[in-house]
Amino acid sequence: MAERARTLAMGQDEATGAGRAGVDAPFGHALVEAAKSRPEIVGLTADLGKYTDILPYRDAHPDRFFNVGMAEQNLVAVAAGLARTGKIPFATTYGVFATRRAYDYIAIAVAHSRINVKIVAGLPGLTTGYGGTHQAIEDLALMRMVPDLVVIDPCDATDIRQATLAIAEHDGPVYMRLLRGKVPVVLDPKAYAFRIGKAAEIRTGGDVGIISTGLMTERAIDAAEALEKRGISAGVLHVPTIKPFDADAVAAFAAKVDRVVTAENHVVVGGLASLVAETLFEKGLVKPLTRIGIPDRYIECGSVPHLQAKYGLATERMVETIAKAA
Amino acid sequence: MALRNHPSETPDIAALKLRATSLRRHMLAMASGQGAGYIGQGLGMADVLAALYFHELRHDPGDVTWAERDRFLLSTGHYSIALWAALAEAGVLPVAELSTYGADDSRLDMSTLDTTPGVEVIGGSLGHGLGQGVGQALGLRLDKSPARVFVELSDGEMQEGATWEAAMSASSFRLDNLVALIDCNGIQADGKVVLDMEPVADKWRAFGWETQEIDGNDMAAVVGALKAARAAGGKPHAIVLRTLPGRGVPTLETREKAHFVRVDPGEWNDLIREFEKEAANG
Repeated sequence: MAERARTLAMGQDEATGAGRAGVDAPFGHALVEAAKSRPEIVGLTADLGKYTDILPYRDAHPDRFFNVGMAEQNLVAVAAGLARTGKIPFATTYGVFATRRAYDYIAIAVAHSRINVKIVAGLPGLTTGYGGTHQAIEDLALMRMVPDLVVIDPCDATDIRQATLAIAEHDGPVYMRLLRGKVPVVLDPKAYAFRIGKAAEIRTGGDVGIISTGLMTERAIDAAEALEKRGISAGVLHVPTIKPFDADAVAAFAAKVDRVVTAENHVVVGGLASLVAETLFEKGLVKPLTRIGIPDRYIECGSVPHLQAKYGLATERMVETIAKAA
Repeated sequence: MALRNHPSETPDIAALKLRATSLRRHMLAMASGQGAGYIGQGLGMADVLAALYFHELRHDPGDVTWAERDRFLLSTGHYSIALWAALAEAGVLPVAELSTYGADDSRLDMSTLDTTPGVEVIGGSLGHGLGQGVGQALGLRLDKSPARVFVELSDGEMQEGATWEAAMSASSFRLDNLVALIDCNGIQADGKVVLDMEPVADKWRAFGWETQEIDGNDMAAVVGALKAARAAGGKPHAIVLRTLPGRGVPTLETREKAHFVRVDPGEWNDLIREFEKEAANG
C-alpha cells in the first residue's frame, strides 16, 4: 500500500505556492509598517496570535497588544470599544470562530455603527486539514451579507501587504481573510496595486474568463497557462474584494468571453459564484457559468494538498474542469 | 446651556431624589403617551440614573462627544425609556421631544441606537455592553485619560456567556476605570428570572471584581457605592443593584412581574395620580 499523506500539525505550512518564492508572515510585518504612520493601531487576538502572524506587531508594540483569551465575542466587542476611543483595532482569530461565534458582535457592535474594526481571519477555506471545525468554508457568504462591512480575500503576500496598509487607512469595518506562514508571491508588487473594491485583470483571454478570489487566483493563473497549451484561451480577473463588489469590472470582463468560470476557496453557494451570477443577470449579460469551489458540504480532516485535489481546488483539477466545460 | 456635571464633594441626597422623581414623571408621561413601554425596568433604575447624570458622571450636556467624558453604556437597550428621561432632564435632549418615544421616525426609540445624542453604544442585543466597555476602558487608559466607563447590565443578561468573557478580561487587564452596574430586578423576557443567578455578588468577586451589593432604590446607598467604586486598586468595580421594577407606583410595584408590564389603556391616569401622591409624600 502506498504511503499516504497525513494531516500536519497546526501552524505548519501547507498551502504554499507551486514553485514560487515566499514571504514570512506578510500580515504581521505589514501591520508593523502600517503602525508607523498610524499610531492609533492596536492589535488583539483570541489566543491565536502565534497562528495568525500578529506576533511581529506584538513584539513591536507590547503595550498596544491585547490577548483576550479564547473568547471571540469579547474579542470583537473589546475591539469595538477600543475603536470608539479612536484606536484602529486589528483583531485576529480563525475565520470559523470570527464568523460563526461572533456574528452578532460583528453585525451590531461593529458594522451597524460602521465602527473602525479590522477582523483578520485565518484558515480560510481548505487551508487546514483540521476538518469542519477549523475550515472557514462559508465565511465570505456570512460576511458579505453584513451591511457596510468590507470583505477581502487576498491572493498572496503582495495582496496581504497592500491590503493591510489599505484597510488601516480605510475608516470603517473590514473582514479580511488571512494567509499565514510562508506565503507565496504571485502578484508582482511593482505591477499590481490593491485597491479596496477594485478587481484586477491579470490575464486576457477569449474562450474562457476565470473570475477568481483569494488563493484561487494563483491556481487560475497556472490553469490559464496550462489551458493555453491545450488551445484554450483563458483570461483571469482577480477579485480580492468581495464587498463592495466590482460589478462593472466583472461585467466588462465577462462580456469578452464565451464562458465564465468562478474560482473560490469557499463553498460554491453564497460567495463569489453567487455574486458573479447576480451581477451578470442584473446587467442582462447571460453566459454559461462554471463554478469551481468547495462543494456545499462540510469537509473531512486530511492533508491540504489531498483535500484541495479531492474537492477540485488544485490547479490540475481546475484545468480538467474548465477544459471539459469549454 | 446646561453646565458640565461632575461629582460633588457633598452630594445633596434630597436633591438627587427629586431628580429621580422627575425622571419617573418623564417616564410615566412617555409610556402613557405611547400606551406601552418598559416602564417597570425604567422606574426601577430611576434612582441609579439620577445619581449618575446629576452626580457621579463627568459629562457635558452641551457636548456629548467631549473626549474626557465618563462613558455610560446602557447594555439593556430596552431600558431606553429611562435613558431618554435622564438625557432630557440633563439637557442633552429637549424635554418636549420625550412625547415622541417609540413613535415612527423618532430618535427616542424603544430600544437604543447610537444615532441618538448621548447614546454610547447600541444596546439591546444582550451581552454586548460589558465587552465594549472593556475596550473603551482599555482605550482611555492607553490615552492616559481620567475618564471612566460605566456599563449597565441586568440579571437576565448575565445568562449571556459573553458577559463572563468580558468579566474575565476586565480583571485580567486590571481595569479599575470600569464600573459594572448590574440591575437585579428579578425579571426577564419569560417572566421571573428563569435560572438561579445567585449568589450574584460572589460570582463577580470570583471573577476578580471589587464588588458591592446595595439597594438600588436607596439614593444614599447608590451615591455611596459609586464613590467607593472610584478606588484605583487595579480591580474593576461591580455594583450589584437590587431594584424594584415599577418603583414609585404602588400598583406597578405589586403587579405580576413581567418583562413588558401589562397596563390597560384606561389605567395610565390612575397610575400617574398614584405616583404623584407617593412623590408628594416623599
